[in-house]
Amino acid sequence: MAHLPRRTHSILLILSFQICFSTIFAVFGSVFFQEEFSEELLLKPLPDRKVLAHFHFETTAPPLSTSHGRHHHLFPKAIAQLVQKFHVKEMELSFTQGRWNYDRWGGFDPISSSNAKPPGVELWAVFDVPKDQVDASWKNLTHTLSGLFCASINFLESSTTYSAHEWGFHPSSGGLRYGTLPREAVCTENLTPWLKLLPCRDKAGLSALLDRPSIYRGFYHSQRLRLTSSESHSSGVESGIVLEQALTVVLQPNSHKTSKTFLSETKLQPSWSLSSIFGRKVTGRCVLAKSSNVYLQLERGLVTELENLQKDNAITGPDHVGSGGLKDNPGFELSVRPDKEFKEANILHRKSSSVLYEYSIERYSAFEPFDLGLTWKFPVVWLCPRAPLHSSRFLMGSGNQRGTIAISFISTDLEEGFLGANIGEDSCKLQANIFQVVPWYIKVYYHTLRVFVDGKPQAIANVVEKMHVSPSEDKVSPGVMELVLKFPCAVKSAALTLEFDKGFLHIDEYPPDANQGFDIPSAVIIFPNFQTSMQYLEDNSSNKSPMLLKFQEKSPVLSYTEILLVPLTTPDFSMPYNVITITCTVFALYFGSLLNVLRRRVGEEERILKNRASKKAGRLPQLLSRLSAKLKGKEWEPPQSPSTSSSFISSKLILKVLIVAGVAVFWQYYSE
Amino acid sequence: MGESESESEAPKVKLRPIVRLGMFLISHSHLLSVVCCTAGVLTLLLLPLLAKNTYISENALMPGSANPMLSSQEVSEANGLVKDLTNLDLKPMASGIESQRLIAQYMSNLGAEVSFQKFYPQSNQFHPLHFFSSPDSATIRENISCSSYGLNTVGIIRAPRGDGKEAIVLVTPYNSEKIGLGEALSLGIAYSVFSLLTRVTWLAKDIIWVVADSKYGEYAAVDAWLRDYYIPVFSGLGIQNAEMCHGLEENAITERDMRDGFKRAGTMAAALVIKVVDRSEQFEDSLSIYAEASNGQMPNLDLINIVNYLAVHRQGLRIKVEKMWSLLNCKWLMILGEILESLGHLAKSLNPQWKFGIPAVDYVEGTATLASSLYYQALGIPTGPHGAFRDYQVDAITLEISSRVSSNNKGRQNDFLLRGGRLIEGVIRSVNNLLEKFHQSFFLYLLTSPSKFLSVGVYMIAFALLVASLPMVAASLYGHANNLDPGFEKNKSNHPASASDELGITLRSWKWLYAAKKVLVVHLWGAVVLLLPYFICQIPNCSPTTSFVVWVLLSIFSLIILFWILGSPFSYVNASQPQQREWALLKSVTISAAFIGLCLMSVINFATAEIGALLMVPMCLMAHPLKLDVKSRKLRNISRVACNLALAFIGLPPTAFLVFKCVFEGFDGISVGDFWNWLESIWAWSSATYLYIGMIHLPCWILCIHVILHPC
Repeated sequence: MAHLPRRTHSILLILSFQICFSTIFAVFGSVFFQEEFSEELLLKPLPDRKVLAHFHFETTAPPLSTSHGRHHHLFPKAIAQLVQKFHVKEMELSFTQGRWNYDRWGGFDPISSSNAKPPGVELWAVFDVPKDQVDASWKNLTHTLSGLFCASINFLESSTTYSAHEWGFHPSSGGLRYGTLPREAVCTENLTPWLKLLPCRDKAGLSALLDRPSIYRGFYHSQRLRLTSSESHSSGVESGIVLEQALTVVLQPNSHKTSKTFLSETKLQPSWSLSSIFGRKVTGRCVLAKSSNVYLQLERGLVTELENLQKDNAITGPDHVGSGGLKDNPGFELSVRPDKEFKEANILHRKSSSVLYEYSIERYSAFEPFDLGLTWKFPVVWLCPRAPLHSSRFLMGSGNQRGTIAISFISTDLEEGFLGANIGEDSCKLQANIFQVVPWYIKVYYHTLRVFVDGKPQAIANVVEKMHVSPSEDKVSPGVMELVLKFPCAVKSAALTLEFDKGFLHIDEYPPDANQGFDIPSAVIIFPNFQTSMQYLEDNSSNKSPMLLKFQEKSPVLSYTEILLVPLTTPDFSMPYNVITITCTVFALYFGSLLNVLRRRVGEEERILKNRASKKAGRLPQLLSRLSAKLKGKEWEPPQSPSTSSSFISSKLILKVLIVAGVAVFWQYYSE
Repeated sequence: MGESESESEAPKVKLRPIVRLGMFLISHSHLLSVVCCTAGVLTLLLLPLLAKNTYISENALMPGSANPMLSSQEVSEANGLVKDLTNLDLKPMASGIESQRLIAQYMSNLGAEVSFQKFYPQSNQFHPLHFFSSPDSATIRENISCSSYGLNTVGIIRAPRGDGKEAIVLVTPYNSEKIGLGEALSLGIAYSVFSLLTRVTWLAKDIIWVVADSKYGEYAAVDAWLRDYYIPVFSGLGIQNAEMCHGLEENAITERDMRDGFKRAGTMAAALVIKVVDRSEQFEDSLSIYAEASNGQMPNLDLINIVNYLAVHRQGLRIKVEKMWSLLNCKWLMILGEILESLGHLAKSLNPQWKFGIPAVDYVEGTATLASSLYYQALGIPTGPHGAFRDYQVDAITLEISSRVSSNNKGRQNDFLLRGGRLIEGVIRSVNNLLEKFHQSFFLYLLTSPSKFLSVGVYMIAFALLVASLPMVAASLYGHANNLDPGFEKNKSNHPASASDELGITLRSWKWLYAAKKVLVVHLWGAVVLLLPYFICQIPNCSPTTSFVVWVLLSIFSLIILFWILGSPFSYVNASQPQQREWALLKSVTISAAFIGLCLMSVINFATAEIGALLMVPMCLMAHPLKLDVKSRKLRNISRVACNLALAFIGLPPTAFLVFKCVFEGFDGISVGDFWNWLESIWAWSSATYLYIGMIHLPCWILCIHVILHPC
């Protein structure tokens, strides 16, 4: 109840803004056009009882020439300035926490191949500047972004952390720089500046769903910012700047584990609603948005299962014969009836196609919030589409000196049509590109590359079609490896191994505290022959939503491997202390003896020694002989020439010892 | 002496103090060696007094700072698993992989990634050329039959928000052919923790649960899994997958998970092996910790500290480490403990700040624990499956929870599972907190009780004192043998030194080379003796006793042959009559060799060096020709003869082993075959102790015997 006044207040504010803007629109409407913003949310139940929520915000700004100079009314100025200043042609920045599970959450759909990112920060950018200025632009860009997003992206500035690629990662050549920070922790401090770029921030619209505790409680959290500008003067078409902000979270609907009976066949998927997974409801759209939609996507596998279920039901219960579509299917129930339903237009997969439900938010308000809920009625088990090869990377060997990086591919079960569709049967090849950046302290011996296909070692030339390696240079640049592999289509498993040595770091390159090891960033595996695109059949394609357009784009299947942890030899950092003490001792000894030598007059000393030798033997033998005499019980007789000085000195010594002992005794008693 | 020299020559220039000190030490080496040896032995006996209390050194661990989340819900789930497993065992037809499949089903129901790992048993063959390296995994695949393989079940929980760079490993060994109640309970404990960890939000490291199939031994199963984890073989992968001996027909999801082959999860941070043993004679639950890995390597002390802290202060388990039980009833140890206790009281009455006395009972217990700690480290054989992890630099311990559980007492079993599960949960949570590797606490230590330890700085002292006298005695013997003869000769023939005489002196000063040659030959013989068991093993149907006898005979034979080939030691003694002091030189070189060997061994395996020094140092120092002693029939000489004989008897490894076995285990059933078995276990685990016995101890013993029987 306490929220209500605030909400109304914000709505009033928004209304007033709207009025303002509408007046502005009225005035300038003719001059600038199409500075647009759209917000979308895609929800998708995942096979392992989790829910994927994918927020997609897109802001576009017209080219500078047609817009009003430097003034924007929707587009964030910070980003526009960034683009102008550094001539960024394309850029992608992602902050990720957690790992995308390619096996269970999908590896063959647009969401996974463009939104699944490695943990930490990943940044790549294409610059539209002459080649020699790219590095400088990159440095400036990283610093700017680091300030903008409250993250240590500036560590990507040093040349040991980023790399230029040739062709392995992204089709655009030249001017691309790629860098990752696997260790970067991602939290709200990075999300807030990201939300600030939205015209409504998180005050209204779909972004209001972003309740920090619930989205960071999830299993995967990736916020992404992608920038495309064709501000360049070379290209003819000028579409302005497109800022695409996406937030992908995988959440576990908190199902109160009702059925604790394990090994039971009935495993119902947990039912969820927007309010149960986010703790909030959509209270209306962002009024600045051109379109504001929520989609619910049902995967191919799920749809197939549901259809089967429907068929079974149709057989058992003849009442449901001839039902239209999946809307009233027996598997689940939706709390809100969708406004539209799209079917995927697919040519390859004839069996079934995924289904998309669209909800328009425009008619919902604070008084009538939108809260989509999905209640499962029957247990459904389905599989998600996976990339043709499941790739994983790991380290082999133990110890502090050597090791091996291994990348293993294991073929996933593909539906028949997948591979056969590409090329003829016998010459069928499965292409995989690998792009891997290795920090310089891991000295990879690229000549030790070995390839195994189906458990048999293969000649590299048979498998590796193209290879580009730029070896690392100590403290200057990381090693980059780009490979094009062609496996036979019937490949079951394949593995690549590369041996490496662990280098030594300079003392100030170690982290200040004891560390767990050093990271090797994820490798990128691309399957260029496999395109992910989802085309949805729609009645009128004129006002297609940007997210669906994005899904339609043909992009290769892409997956990231695990980050690896390499323990490097860490010196004992208490050593400097020991070294200092030892050096000081050595210096003291050295200077002492040096002074002794300098001070000494050899001739003089020899003369004195001679004199003394003629007088008496050394003092120690004297004392010893005295002692032995005493032990033997005889009276000690001094040597021939007893000197008064020696006895005087010895009595003095005894006196000194006595004084010291007295002081010690006194001190002991005094201290007690 | 100074006076006489000062008469003839110019005043002697004073030597540097350090040189003078060295000369002083060498001249008093007899006294010093006696003092050092006694001090060394005394320090060893005093070690339990000097032990410090353990403490959690790494602050990030924070054990017990969070409330345990394991509830009765998980325990009841685990109970289901225990029941299913025991039921499975009751079924007559349940065979092969039924239990693995059941466990895998339970794991995948929790949402973990499940995979199976097949391995083949590896016979413990002695490969002299691969002593330190493990045998090639390609060569062991010789006789693979479908029936003889073990199947490990591995479940992995991915930390929801972690980056997957590190993992914590839980290992529960169980015999898939016959599942005892204890094994089922250990699986239950691990399962309860595992099911809790699938739901918690604080997990930063992945959790790997390895259900090791201990059909062919616990160590073998864990080792096979680790080898596949760290050194996978790609070339045999296809063949291995192709021959599907068993049909793992599962439902769609699990099958797909399992077919993806070996699953991995980052670098291992720590590993815990959980075992439950059913001890019906005890009334309370207790927990034994086993930590010794191969060659006396220990895991970081912090790992033991966490377990100790959580078990004692949170779960109220009594914690134990291995003890030499027979030492507990030693009379003299008790008396020594009482003396030390009264000394402690005396010291306390003098100055209340001096606290070194501990109760006599504690002292005896500490000594017993210390002795077993030393012994197991010295053996160099891992005391459990955790040893396999240490080979890959992973800290691991085995927790053996012993309790009185019966399947019919449900409440007690629940309580047991809850406590065990909470302990494991706490340890995992602590390790999970760790941001870096285990580095803070000690790696070199001996335990005198679960909560008391001796760091390397303390236990070094005993060894250093024992060993310190060796170089001094060697130097003094060398000096005597070299200096006295020329002096003697000089007095006898005071002729001016001719060129030939000079040559003779230089030759004489190189005399030690003969002794060195002899020592080298004997050490070579030691290496030969080391290799002999490999050939003896090839003899089929050999009882331990006969193989031991064969070994002894072969070694003696090879010794004779070596002497025959490389020249008899007695030949040139007869040739040059004035080499009266030859035995002194030989003893000096022997002692130097022993010193070098002991110091080298102390780097590899300290405990071996310590025990070896205890046996060897007195023997080396005492060795004196019997002939000389017998000639002069004084009491002192006769006692020396007795000492020599006794030390030589105890110094021989087989007799030492048998004597200690008699003392600690009683006389019944002792045979020389036991020593053979013991030795076989040592080389099967490729322990450095085996090398020590053959390369250092045995040659030194032979040389000492040679000195004792020297014909001078």
